[in-house]
Amino acid sequence: MESSISSFNEHQVLHELKHYLPAQAPLKDFIHHNTLHAFQNFPFFTALRKANKIFGYSVSLSLPEFRSLYHTKKISDTILEKIIANKKGEENIKIWKEKLALQAYTIRCDPRIGQLRSNWKKEYNIDLDLLIHPTLFRVLCSYLDQGIAIWNFPAHELGFLASIKEMERNTYSSFFKTQRARDLLLNNSCEIKDLLKLIVGDESLYKQYIFDQQFAHQGWSGMASTIEDQPETLLDPKKISLKDLITFELLLEIDALDHKFDKIWSPLAMRLETKPVDLFAEVEETELNEVFSLWQEAYEWSYYDEVLTGIRSGMVTKKEIFTKSFQVMFCIDDRETSLRDYLEKLDPNCETFSTPGFFGVEFYFQPEHGKSYTKQCPAPVMPKFLIKEIGIKGERKKDVHFAKHTHGLFRGWLISQTIGFWSAFRLFINIFRPSISPATASSFSHMDRLSQLSIEHKDEQPNVNGLQVGFTYEEMATRVDALLQSIGLIKNFAPIVYVIGHGSSSVNNPHYAAYNCGACCGRPGSVNARVVSFMANHPKVREILKTKGMIIPAETQFIGGLHDTTRDEIVFYDEGSLNSVNQTIHSKNVQTFTKGLDLNSKERSRRFDSIDTKSSAEKIHKKILTRSVSLFEPRPELNHATNALCIVGNRELTKKIFLDRRAFTNSYDHKIDPEGKILVNIMKPLGPVCGGINLEYFFSRVDNQKLGAGTKLPHNVMGLFGVANGIDGDLRPGLPSQMIEVHEPIRLLIIVEHFPDVVLKTIKSVDAMYEWFINEWVNLVVIDPETREFYVFKNGSFKSYEPDTQIIKIVDDITPLLEKHTDNISVHVIK
Amino acid sequence: MTTESLFHIFIFIPLIGFLLSLFISGKNEKLISSIAFLTVGIHFITFFAYVIYWVMNGHETLNFKDIVLFKTTGYEFYVDFLFDKITAVYFFVGSLLTFMVTIYSRAYLHRESGYKRFFNSLLFFYVGYNVTIFAGNLETLFMGWEILGICSFLLIAFYRDRYLPVKNALKVFTVYRIGDLGIILAMWMSHHLWHQNITFIQLQNDELIHSQLENHSLIGIFISIMILITAAAKSAQLPFSSWLPRAMEGPTPSSAIFYGSLSVHLGVFLLLRTYQLWENQYSVRILIGILGFATSVITSLIARVQSSVKSQIAYSSASQIGLIFIEAALGLENLALIHFAGNAFLRTYQLLVSPSVVSYLIREQFYNYVPRPLTIEDSWPKKIEYSIYLLSIKEFNLDSFMYTILWNPLKRLGKKLNFLTLKRLFIFFIPAYVIGLICLYTKPNMPEEIHEYLPAFFSLIGLMMVLKSFSERKNVMLSWILVIMNHFWVALAISFNENFTYSQVHFYLSGIVVAGAVGYICLNKLKSIEKNIDLNQFYGHAYEHPKLAFIFLLACLGLTGFPITPTFIGEDLIFSHIHEDQYVLALFTTLSFIIDGLALVRIYARVFLGPHVKTYHETPYRSS
Repeated sequence: MESSISSFNEHQVLHELKHYLPAQAPLKDFIHHNTLHAFQNFPFFTALRKANKIFGYSVSLSLPEFRSLYHTKKISDTILEKIIANKKGEENIKIWKEKLALQAYTIRCDPRIGQLRSNWKKEYNIDLDLLIHPTLFRVLCSYLDQGIAIWNFPAHELGFLASIKEMERNTYSSFFKTQRARDLLLNNSCEIKDLLKLIVGDESLYKQYIFDQQFAHQGWSGMASTIEDQPETLLDPKKISLKDLITFELLLEIDALDHKFDKIWSPLAMRLETKPVDLFAEVEETELNEVFSLWQEAYEWSYYDEVLTGIRSGMVTKKEIFTKSFQVMFCIDDRETSLRDYLEKLDPNCETFSTPGFFGVEFYFQPEHGKSYTKQCPAPVMPKFLIKEIGIKGERKKDVHFAKHTHGLFRGWLISQTIGFWSAFRLFINIFRPSISPATASSFSHMDRLSQLSIEHKDEQPNVNGLQVGFTYEEMATRVDALLQSIGLIKNFAPIVYVIGHGSSSVNNPHYAAYNCGACCGRPGSVNARVVSFMANHPKVREILKTKGMIIPAETQFIGGLHDTTRDEIVFYDEGSLNSVNQTIHSKNVQTFTKGLDLNSKERSRRFDSIDTKSSAEKIHKKILTRSVSLFEPRPELNHATNALCIVGNRELTKKIFLDRRAFTNSYDHKIDPEGKILVNIMKPLGPVCGGINLEYFFSRVDNQKLGAGTKLPHNVMGLFGVANGIDGDLRPGLPSQMIEVHEPIRLLIIVEHFPDVVLKTIKSVDAMYEWFINEWVNLVVIDPETREFYVFKNGSFKSYEPDTQIIKIVDDITPLLEKHTDNISVHVIK
Repeated sequence: MTTESLFHIFIFIPLIGFLLSLFISGKNEKLISSIAFLTVGIHFITFFAYVIYWVMNGHETLNFKDIVLFKTTGYEFYVDFLFDKITAVYFFVGSLLTFMVTIYSRAYLHRESGYKRFFNSLLFFYVGYNVTIFAGNLETLFMGWEILGICSFLLIAFYRDRYLPVKNALKVFTVYRIGDLGIILAMWMSHHLWHQNITFIQLQNDELIHSQLENHSLIGIFISIMILITAAAKSAQLPFSSWLPRAMEGPTPSSAIFYGSLSVHLGVFLLLRTYQLWENQYSVRILIGILGFATSVITSLIARVQSSVKSQIAYSSASQIGLIFIEAALGLENLALIHFAGNAFLRTYQLLVSPSVVSYLIREQFYNYVPRPLTIEDSWPKKIEYSIYLLSIKEFNLDSFMYTILWNPLKRLGKKLNFLTLKRLFIFFIPAYVIGLICLYTKPNMPEEIHEYLPAFFSLIGLMMVLKSFSERKNVMLSWILVIMNHFWVALAISFNENFTYSQVHFYLSGIVVAGAVGYICLNKLKSIEKNIDLNQFYGHAYEHPKLAFIFLLACLGLTGFPITPTFIGEDLIFSHIHEDQYVLALFTTLSFIIDGLALVRIYARVFLGPHVKTYHETPYRSS
């Protein structure tokens, strides 16, 4: 019997490991999240320091980058001094400015991770990773494969390790080169602890060893861990656990060591002279850390300050429009803000709103003939409803180039000599006249435009897989009421209210899901838009609403639609349901939308090298359309790049301010919510959704190699769930460089229009939400609706803030600026 | 204009385009891509017009003996061009694909840091491809072949700051080098068989070929097998197949045209080109057929289990090429050509659209999901099924096989030579060399038996030098100097062998001396800036010293006998002085040429490529 108490608690170590591994789901369910979520319980800068020291991530721009931002006045001198004064005292401004701007620092990244395991190379002269990774990745990828391989992993029902065992038992070949590893697998319980005893020897090092080992391929480990926790994310379900993966890897290590040293080798701890520093030991703050955090804050506040000054000088008072032409609801997505601007400019009688793009209706969607469901609401929500699609027209087109039989020997022989020549022609066409093809991931094909949806729940209808098909009228009314309350649209309805979801179309883009609506779980929001419009139009729902005090005039009709943010096209659904008066109004509105979309694509085009922004909006729009279906275009759109703000409040706050598509916006009227009850529900998801997007862009930008996916050009699709470089590399979670290269790594500034005490109570009401603010993963400023004063949230309370920026430029028309600049344009007030 | 000068233009257009592209600033993306676009475009259109004219006018085979680069008694090194149906098809497929991929890459590579490097390599590749397919003799073909090899290395290691691309580029280069070994030995033997640098057109002369081959059937088989080795290496046939998926490290369009289509089909080209040579050697034809058959069966099994898109395409392409080998062995030239073109187009397109596979297949699966469709393998006995599956997953151990038969023995031999230090080199080997030289000049009376063995002995010393250079882990300078010394020992060995005139020796060594000195200066300069450099890890110094890296690369190329210095011709010249019965001498010399290429590229890779040792900027994971 061992007398000492075991210091290695496998369960706890695995739990901790899972916490730190990348949490990205398979590509089809790509949802933005804070890349450093594991450190979220620490204040932002402490977390950065730890992440850098422990895992070797770069966590901010480089010193030269900051310094050049300072020289080009992107970081304002006054703000910098103010921040230094705040943190270091007035008297030290000069010293610290010198440190920031001039002092030379030696920067070296010596992460703690990997140090223990690097002793194999140092002391034993064996490169375990090189020997093991190719086999490990290949077996893992084949096991998890979702449909690339023609011949699947033969044993699969039992779980990863058990399947390997089953195969190892019945084969003339082997996963291993030597006998011992084989015996251990077949005739032993294969406890991680026992294997580690052979390999490492010293129990106090086990945890660190496992971390080192798994972080040598954090992409694969993260994927295994995510699939373990959310098995439903794979259409072809696979049973796997991180424990299985580690066990198999340890066996491979024993195998490799036995093979090289003929079984004569001592555990790693025996040759270790000094123990490496514990991974999670305290990380001391260095002067350099401080330099970086000062720079970061100065960088952020230089921009925030400009925005706040802009809001102060550009804020307008609400003018009631009496004859409204239409109202439109978009997603809070930063890509929709410019379109709102154009619509309001083209038609001053319209009114625009924004709200999370699932429009408050949460359900699973089953397209006709679909073998499973897609979730149409934010990822953490677990819907109880199912919406089915029926009566679709048209068929899905197929493309032989993705067919598996092209890889067969004899059929391949036939195909290469026939269809091979067709490929050359196809390629030629694709290069000179790109068009939509079966290879395109198109937002409009998510739901057939002319299909029907089972939105009304019928009593006799049985539940399907525990889900209720459709909503009852009561359920509908609750949702419509909540939606309209939250955006402050409770009276003065226009004849038509458009509800426009968004999605994206791209080709040759494994990250397509990241371009769709985050509030709809990485899918286009078309179904939600249609569903909620149906609900709001239903007479029975309107009746119930009336009892709640919400009166929607009978002539007001809701129409769903989908905005494709890549192509800048909008499709409307169920237009036939409009009455004849509204038909006329609608056709007029459609013209406004068309023009707005043209102008919107013109604004977007300034970032695209291949398009001349000076051409007419219509011409540019045509090019944008081509671009979205070009095989060779790695940037169909720039998605959330440059996002930095989130504005919760009335439209009047920012109606006349040009924010360069950098702001998420959530319509909210504090007047109807004096106690902040609605505000809680609005602010709760802002951290995980907008903050998550913002931080994923942030970290993918500052360390595109370790936290991002690197350039997408060499990416190879692995098993349909991830991408890697080449054929035997680690999976690359995070965003590819093409998505983040124009991004400015600035934390999200949330601006809320309400009284500070209400907002404080609101954010404190949910611990998980408060963590985002108190640890400064997002910044928060409140605008007092009465005094119009700004209050910034710092260390748990609100302090008054006076913007410093002197001049905000005022322009009549933003177009000349758009035509001239390709980089970020500063805040402007539009007359 | 004569047809001959027209052909000069066709060869020179890509070359001029390539040279121009070298001198443009990397920031000027538009100009760089326009040059590539114009070069390939003009070349494609003009030549395509010519091909139509040629087909209309009886499409007879054309052959020109072009520039004579070196001439001495009994030896002539000349560039020769041949144009026939095979060239026409390869030209059509090659330039059409390169043209389309050039346009494709213009936008695709936008803002990529290696934009210029990519188009430089692409154009240089195009030069090499054209030289190869227009080549009228083995020497010209070898020139193109060498260019293709180095371009492949550069394109696979395009992401030179990551570990895996560099490692895989070295791997592929090793296999290509084995291919070079085949060509060098084939050239050597055919010199002796026909006492001249024979052209491909002469192979069609039955009398010349058969009379010689009948009398020397073994030599004929030897040449054919050497050519087959080269073709198999280049076309990813057994046992070399595993390099093909590993070459997919560069940007997708480059993987698509080089490893999906053009580069990988050049082995087939070599077979078709030399068909007349082995037409009547039935044993060779059977061997080619068996090799093709074995490859297609095994690689299609491997393709069936691949769970990543690019490796799946790579292996299915290799299995189709196996079938093309069978077609070639059967003498079905037209079928082979059609199959080549179709396969090249199909795989290029499949690779180019490979990122779309996620959305397409997920959508398909969403609507048509069948849990586990049964495959043929499910009807096999379980034990057989599992065994074959496992073997296929492990690629039939082809990758480790290359290690065990090639890399490891070389390393082991090299390690035995640890006594070779810089000091001992100067104390022992330089004096020994001087003695050798004195002997050469004074020609003392030496017993015939000793004299006979001396060349082989000297070339063995040379081989030892490169082996040590190849396995050296610490001293970069030592490794570099050893390669230079190898060439000197080879020169000495040959001088003992036959009447190797001084002018020929100087001709051979001139390139070595210059390239050796340039490389030495580069390394010295780098050492003075960066202090410690050894060969035990990748240093990635190209990050800070890209220009130095480029110059050093040129020096490496010069030293390895790349067709930019006279050494290239010198190497060929040397083989003309090795008799056909001196297998040992030929083997030693070839091996030392092959390994010196490997040693040099290894030095370049270790010092300049891979993850940068300095970590003040973002650095990638080793496993990425």
